[in-house]
Amino acid sequence: MQSNITLQSILPALPEIYLAAAICVVLLVDVFAGAAARRITPTLTLFVIAFGVALTTFVVAAPTREVLFSGMYVADPLATFLKLLGFLFTGVALLYSRSYLEARGLLKGEYYVLVLTALLGIFVIASAGSLLTIYIGVELLALSLYALVAFDRDSGIAAESAMKYFVLGAIASGCLLYGMSLVYGMSGSLLLGDLAVRLHGEPSIGLVMGIVFLVVGVAFKFGAVPFHMWVPDVYQGAPSSVTLFVASAPKLASFAVAFRLLAGGLGNVAPAWTQMLAIVAVASLVLGNVIAIAQTNLKRMLAYSAIGNVGFILLGFVAGTERGYEAALYYTVAYVIMTLGAFGVILLASRAGFEAERLDDYQGLHARDPLLALIMMALMFSTAGIPPFVGFWAKLQIFQALWLVGQTWLVVIAAAVSVIGVFYYLRVVKLMYFDAPTDQSVRAPSNAGVRVALACNAAAVLALGLFPEGLLSLCAKVLS
Amino acid sequence: MITLQHMLTLSGILFALSVAGIFINRKNVILLLMCIELMLLAVNFSFVSFSRFLGNLDGQVFVFFVLTVAAAESAIGLAILVVLFRERRSINVEDLDTLKG
Repeated sequence: MQSNITLQSILPALPEIYLAAAICVVLLVDVFAGAAARRITPTLTLFVIAFGVALTTFVVAAPTREVLFSGMYVADPLATFLKLLGFLFTGVALLYSRSYLEARGLLKGEYYVLVLTALLGIFVIASAGSLLTIYIGVELLALSLYALVAFDRDSGIAAESAMKYFVLGAIASGCLLYGMSLVYGMSGSLLLGDLAVRLHGEPSIGLVMGIVFLVVGVAFKFGAVPFHMWVPDVYQGAPSSVTLFVASAPKLASFAVAFRLLAGGLGNVAPAWTQMLAIVAVASLVLGNVIAIAQTNLKRMLAYSAIGNVGFILLGFVAGTERGYEAALYYTVAYVIMTLGAFGVILLASRAGFEAERLDDYQGLHARDPLLALIMMALMFSTAGIPPFVGFWAKLQIFQALWLVGQTWLVVIAAAVSVIGVFYYLRVVKLMYFDAPTDQSVRAPSNAGVRVALACNAAAVLALGLFPEGLLSLCAKVLS
Repeated sequence: MITLQHMLTLSGILFALSVAGIFINRKNVILLLMCIELMLLAVNFSFVSFSRFLGNLDGQVFVFFVLTVAAAESAIGLAILVVLFRERRSINVEDLDTLKG
């Protein structure tokens, strides 16, 4: 335990310290710049993110594992990897959102500050070394997201979905906390490192109860069945730019919570939670993919697709091996890249007074805008798991990890539901390519910058699929 | 003599009451916020009991953080409630049914 803290000793926590300071700067600049801030704040935020990437890469990226603040904070390659991706995904999400926000009068400084505080929450979770740090990070992320979902104050459905998200989220936090208190009581420590040492063998009844509550909390944060009720409502009700953010970077935080808490702290009592997680994962896979077929709203369909994909990520944890965690991390990263693209298309296609969120809005997109249709087709194929896109490799990794631990049945179920899933992804492609455009469908949007970014996003999905080794070995390296 | 078991039972009962309150109540969103507060207080009680009986202060420190976060959480909850009331002119839970499917 360190008794005297020096500047040198807290250096590994630089990303969080930098981001917290930058949030204050952005907030102050926004207040004092007044009306001109409409121009300054978005640019400043992107600059903050770019500088943060540089700082994290060059100053912090330590190959070793360092423990700070009496074990509450862990700086390891996984944390650095997740933070860099957090910066990247948030930057891309803000880039896509700008014109959408401008067209609806939502381009305010608070929006950017809330996104950055949510990002800080993700960072805190990524580096969590104790139950307390996990709780603070989860709440920082969740509270920012509640406010973001309700950001469009004139939209009734946004307020309704924010209220549902808030109430269900608060119940989940309560369950997570109750689980933490029981685990603390059974082990006598809040530090995840101590939990891993003290909790082993046959778990006591109190510990099992604690683990049940923890799994409920984690499953809610993922949006897994049966704690998925908030996902479709929030995806549909929130402004599309907020949906884009909620669907992307926070998935990294969900992975980090599950990895630090379940695989790290409770790794030696794994049989107590893998079975529960397997049930949750299979229910998510089946329910998500089947209900998605019945949707007519693209955002809601993508919400159920998210529930199905979360099932895959959880299956990686069910495998419970190094290989399984690697597969889960790889799947998370691949899925977030695909989701960013899909919601980016929705944002680009919408304009003032037209949300472009119904499936029918995409009829005949190919005739109106071939490039946008091509991008959407690549993203849908990838999410469906069709080679050579990255989504195929992500699913394959999960199958391999499960196969190696002898979970043949889970592989069969997961493969069967992905075949069901192909149907509704291909329906979007069919609407775009084989139906005639109607008066209401999307017209060719003009926003050169975002078009280029989206094309790069789709190209990344293809490139990562053609050359999967790079990202795969990176995921393996940061977890080892 | 009050033992750990008594205190944990009380905390469990409070937690169960708050969950029941959330699921049974169909009338008023403010009652939901009150139930959420009760839930966090039940957890605090459990933390303090464990901390006392383990002779370890960590749990009591945790409670301070939970209290702080709970204050922030109610602030955001009430803010969302105000927005909702402006739009709907109602805080009835049963009126929150626009989003379905």
